[in-house]
Amino acid sequence: MEQVANLLLSGLSSGSVYALVALGFNVIFKSTGAINFAQGEWVMMGGMVAATSYAAHWPLGLAILCAVLAVVMVALLSERLILRRIKKPTALAVTLMMIAIAICSKSLVMLLLGKNPANLPGFSGSEPVLWFNLRIHPQTFWIVGITCLVMLATHWFFERTVLGRAMRAVAAQPEAAALCGIEPRMAMALSFGLAAGVGALAGTIITPLTLTSFDHGTVLGFKGFSAAMLGGLGSLPGALIGGVALGTLEALAGGLISSHFKDAVAFVALLLTLFLRPTGILGRGAVEKV
Amino acid sequence: MLELASLQAGYGASNVLHGLSLSVNQGAFCTLIGANGAGKSTTMKAIAGLLRPVQGSIEFEGQRIDHLPAAQIVTRGIALVPEGRRVFGPMTVRENLQMGAFTKLYPRSTAGNRQVETRLEFVLETFPRLRERLPQQAATLSGGEQQMLAIGRALMSAPRLLLLDEPSMGLAPLIVLQVFAVLRQLQRSGLTVLVSEQNASVALAHADHGYVIESGRIVLADSAARLHDNDKVREAYLGI
Repeated sequence: MEQVANLLLSGLSSGSVYALVALGFNVIFKSTGAINFAQGEWVMMGGMVAATSYAAHWPLGLAILCAVLAVVMVALLSERLILRRIKKPTALAVTLMMIAIAICSKSLVMLLLGKNPANLPGFSGSEPVLWFNLRIHPQTFWIVGITCLVMLATHWFFERTVLGRAMRAVAAQPEAAALCGIEPRMAMALSFGLAAGVGALAGTIITPLTLTSFDHGTVLGFKGFSAAMLGGLGSLPGALIGGVALGTLEALAGGLISSHFKDAVAFVALLLTLFLRPTGILGRGAVEKV
Repeated sequence: MLELASLQAGYGASNVLHGLSLSVNQGAFCTLIGANGAGKSTTMKAIAGLLRPVQGSIEFEGQRIDHLPAAQIVTRGIALVPEGRRVFGPMTVRENLQMGAFTKLYPRSTAGNRQVETRLEFVLETFPRLRERLPQQAATLSGGEQQMLAIGRALMSAPRLLLLDEPSMGLAPLIVLQVFAVLRQLQRSGLTVLVSEQNASVALAHADHGYVIESGRIVLADSAARLHDNDKVREAYLGI
């Protein structure tokens, strides 16, 4: 019983991070129709930049801020210098470019920040909090709390602000949105900035629990993609549900069956989603009225 | 007000417009009639900036606009109601209308906000039906209501020239008449209107001036009444 509760807790924290990664996938998918394969690398880059800045004796808060800003800059530059040059930015062209950008981002981190694993301290220490019989790492609260905040803020942005609504308009009808005066390229840049910022934040909050190194991004990206597919690609609440479901399943499989199975869960979940319910839990089938 | 001169435009290597010229006077109600594939939509898209012309020029109020992207043309005072309405389905009617005034809402300003408020009131008075539907998702509206929403959205940018691409498509005859009645009313209040239509009888019955387009060229240009009586037009487009 206690073991299961502990597993659920660890599933909740890794699941929250997957949810944030999935959120990044969904934001970019919604506005461009493309799969951003660099999302996982941006998460890793966030963790690495924060850890490096912290190791250079920067205060923790500043290191995190710097990491988020640096990754947003990288994403905006990639968009500006590479994607904007594609004559017709179709979903496939953008997706392929993102694979290239992912590889470059990974190599860039390796060359600039090294191959060694890097670490950050827990945001409020690492003394476990005792709750009934459970020993909870204080970082868990940070992870879950920040994830909830980011989800709420993103929801608010898309539903309540003019810019957020404009991005939804572009996602629904790109040509009609352009006729309304919404620059499609602006929406694209905005979605890349947003996805990168959220990704970098995810990278910094998980690093105290798992460490990070230049090669962590690919797996994280894959897990986030599975979570996004599971919840429904393009659906924001779907990212949260898919992420937490995947994290929990993974923790339970790792703890109750064997830790060898932990990483396989995401693959199995992805395959089952594709076979049984390709639109994901909350996804709606694409219906086009002509 | 609007001047197209020997316009050539198309998709990829194939041109659809082969030197099309036409002009729309300020305050006029013009229609562009023609068969499927004659180049009506291409003309509309070229004016609105969705398609960059290969050759020729488009002048609006004395300034060339053929190099501008769609998002900038709307700020010049031209709004296009696209073929097939293209409302933002997952968004509410209110949000759809708000997006029509995007260039006034962003960057944010109090003056812009106030303009949008009065504009919204004007649009809702023009289409009272939309007022009842404000919180509803646009995708759940009927075809006629979606067309009203699409026109309302275009009006939100306070255009001086309103373009409509096949507004009658897929609508019941009674609704088509309502749409044209509203266009007439808007034109009387000072708006310049250019409608492309396959439904020539309705278009010629409501417009003042008409152009007939055939394989990317204007073959006839006259007052709507005279086009309506023209034998060639009657035979080819009115089926009489």
